[in-house]
Amino acid sequence: MEGLTLSEAEQRYYCDLFSYCDTESTKKVASNGRVLELFRAAQLPNDVVMQIMELCGATRLGYFGRSQFYIALKLVAVAQSGLPLRVESLNTVKDLPLPRFVVSKNEQESRHTALYSSDADNPASYSGVIPPPPGRIQVKKGSVSHDAVQQRTSTDQQESTSPVVSPQQSPPTSPHTWRKHNRHPSGGNNERPLAGPGPFWAPFSEAQPGSSTSSDPIWSGHSPPPHQENWVSFADTPPTSALLAMHPASVQDQTTVRTVASATTTNEIRRQSSSYDDPWKITDEQRQYYVNQFKTIQPDLNGFIPGSAAKEFFTKSKLPILELSHIWELSDFDKDGALTLDEFCAAFHLVVARKNGYDLPEKLPESLMPKLIDLEDSTVIPVISEVGEQTGEVGYSSSPAEAPPSKSPSMPSLNQTWPELNQSSEQWETFSERSSSSQTLTQFDSNIAPADPDTAIVHPVPIRMTPSKIHMQEMELKRTGSDHANPTSPLLVKPPDLPEENKMSSSVKFTAGNTVNGYSSSDSYTSDPEQIGSTVTRQRSHSGTSPDNTAPPPPPPRPHPSHSRSSSLDMNRSFSVTPGQQQAGVVAYPPAVPPRPQPSQGAGPHVHRPVDAEGLIAHTSTSPQQIPEQPNFADFSQFEAFAVSGVNKEEDDEIETHSEVLQVEKPSDSASSLRVAKADGRVEDKAPANVPTSAGKGTTPLAPPPKPIRRRLKSEDELKPEAEEHTQKTGVIAAVLASQPSIPRSVGKDKKAIQASIRRNKETNTVLARLNSELQQQLKDVLEERISLEVQLEQLRPFSHL
Amino acid sequence: VPVSVICSPPQNYPLYIRSVPTENELKFHYTVHTSLDVVDEKISAMGKALVDQRELYLGLLYPTEDYKVYGYVTNSKVKFVMVVDSSNTALRDNEIRSMFRKLHNSYTDIMCNPFYNPGDCIHSRAFDNMVNSMMMQVC
Repeated sequence: MEGLTLSEAEQRYYCDLFSYCDTESTKKVASNGRVLELFRAAQLPNDVVMQIMELCGATRLGYFGRSQFYIALKLVAVAQSGLPLRVESLNTVKDLPLPRFVVSKNEQESRHTALYSSDADNPASYSGVIPPPPGRIQVKKGSVSHDAVQQRTSTDQQESTSPVVSPQQSPPTSPHTWRKHNRHPSGGNNERPLAGPGPFWAPFSEAQPGSSTSSDPIWSGHSPPPHQENWVSFADTPPTSALLAMHPASVQDQTTVRTVASATTTNEIRRQSSSYDDPWKITDEQRQYYVNQFKTIQPDLNGFIPGSAAKEFFTKSKLPILELSHIWELSDFDKDGALTLDEFCAAFHLVVARKNGYDLPEKLPESLMPKLIDLEDSTVIPVISEVGEQTGEVGYSSSPAEAPPSKSPSMPSLNQTWPELNQSSEQWETFSERSSSSQTLTQFDSNIAPADPDTAIVHPVPIRMTPSKIHMQEMELKRTGSDHANPTSPLLVKPPDLPEENKMSSSVKFTAGNTVNGYSSSDSYTSDPEQIGSTVTRQRSHSGTSPDNTAPPPPPPRPHPSHSRSSSLDMNRSFSVTPGQQQAGVVAYPPAVPPRPQPSQGAGPHVHRPVDAEGLIAHTSTSPQQIPEQPNFADFSQFEAFAVSGVNKEEDDEIETHSEVLQVEKPSDSASSLRVAKADGRVEDKAPANVPTSAGKGTTPLAPPPKPIRRRLKSEDELKPEAEEHTQKTGVIAAVLASQPSIPRSVGKDKKAIQASIRRNKETNTVLARLNSELQQQLKDVLEERISLEVQLEQLRPFSHL
Repeated sequence: VPVSVICSPPQNYPLYIRSVPTENELKFHYTVHTSLDVVDEKISAMGKALVDQRELYLGLLYPTEDYKVYGYVTNSKVKFVMVVDSSNTALRDNEIRSMFRKLHNSYTDIMCNPFYNPGDCIHSRAFDNMVNSMMMQVC
């Protein structure tokens, strides 16, 4: 900087002006805002002002030191004189009139006039101070922005400057913030820069006091702040500069700043028009900036920023930890310790706001809520993909599946869709016993998203979805404590498997239901079948719900007799498809054994039939050996007629006979019921064992059916012991038959059952009586022996005495 | 007159304490402090292996004078103590449990905040709001 010689008057004048501009009383630096205002007041064209600033070195330095200020003033004078601005003109031009600064009508005006009234040298040369006339705004903006740009570039270099200089740094950064604020469509944004860069934007506030202040109540506090306040608050902005300086000054930023500069007028207009917009709204440029920052930490826009990384990042902003903590609380919507893109933008926005002096809200503003993206799409997808899943799972999986890629999209709207999902899941759940899933759904909802009414958000509280799938599953697992919620991938993988299983289970379930209902009338079977049936449905509920999801829920089990038959066919088909399943299903569906109208003679054979058919026990070997009894053939033919349509007639017959047997057995006395109970347990135990054999036994059923009947007619004695054995098996079979489709029988079966039980008891009686007599005989013998021994003893005793 | 306190072992210093009627606060502080012994005793009495949600709730620690003290401990041995007025008979065990659950949830939310260092006093506004609303409900 060349030496500057100032006349005494100039010296004094400049000194006064400098002190005027030296709002912070640094005695060294003139606040940029004031300086710029001064320049504005100089009524010089924008480029001239820029030139002046350049020449005086302020742009290079980034601040107006005393010398720079003086030089600038001199240059202003030069320019006002119409002389070309040259550095050399500083000293060469003599007798330069003092720079003139137009006075504007402000309080500052009076203040400044008062300030300078003492200056006697050139009272006339300027009528007051400077507050830029409103018309200056555009010029000012241009200059400001340009300055800002230039200064900004120098900011980075000057990061290490002394604290004194730091305030100067804020103006360079202020355009940055100003840019952001500009993006705020609301007029309130005008106010924002006021609090921030302060002086820079003072003119703006003046320019649009009406719109800006009136628009935003929030900003009322900041609004037509006297310039002093602005400048005072300017002191608060150093952190801003630091903050912004910290962030890598991307080219984008600079370009955006430039864009801002060029678009200032448009912004103004926009601001004025949209004066009622949300002050917290993130403008596009700001959002872009945030996104870029996000990318620097986490390249995947759909991923998360872990808490530690975010902490580091935001700590750089030099905000107190307490405030950062509060910002985090506000922005981490799903409370997962990580930030999605939306959360990050919200947090960043809050940081910027705080840095600019705005108090943090108690609750997250609406505009900062994580926004949902293509939630609608995602909702559809999970529903389809999670066909095979249980209702609750569907509800859950839809949410995780909704935003598999990103958390932010799904979050806010997730809550919106939540009720939808709930409702949809409700439908599916009507026919499932897993009503708890919906409860867990809600519980999950309330737990995950505290959704405090205090947050007072219009949006439903977003529920964390993202990595969500995994998170959701964890949550669901935690809450449901079951394996219902399969991990996402398994979920996705499973659907193909599930439908099959669901078909199976649904058919089984349906038949079970049929059987249960079909025989609800039969008193004897009510208790057991219902219990078992319910167990069955419960067992199958998991998979049962999946078919529900895919297809309309099966009607409540109200099978018609005809349907029962068809359902039995289904059972057969299902059984044939998966013998293993069949076994399990058969075992699972012991209840609902349709009592079959059978002649008493048939009852016995039926007892055996199921055994054989089931192949459960080795009895099959014995039963077939029995001589079939003729009289029951008629009955069998009956059954066979029914079974014609079945794929596996044998199985049908088996099933029927099983059900018959069951019917026969069930109505029996408690003993038999006990046996049945035992048999059930055994059936289940044996079922897996017999799985391999079941298929093999497919053919045998044909033979057994007639045989048991014959056996029954054969002889009571033979049957008695066997009956005893078989009663147990019958119980087993009965249990098995419970699930089988039942052919409606007449009430006569009950009589038969009773008669059969009576017969059995009689047999037992005879056996026991025989046993008793034998034992009595043995007792007699033993007593006789004892007597004889005693006699011998006595005879020998006299000898012992001797 | 509910007073909530969260104490963290092993030092057992309070991370957060809040009472609704602000007079006699010192007395409540003292009560809570003394109840810590009872909490510790219950924890040790429970033995190892029982980190169960149900048992996190310690129940009525002891009724004294005209107020009752309830305790709750988390898996990480963070103790929550609540003092309520005995005259407040409307408070049932379920409600106390739910209050503790809310406290626990809020506490975990605070923990999720990377800016919170475990062991610091809790200054979270959200937490304060939650506690205040809870206490207002009781009063």
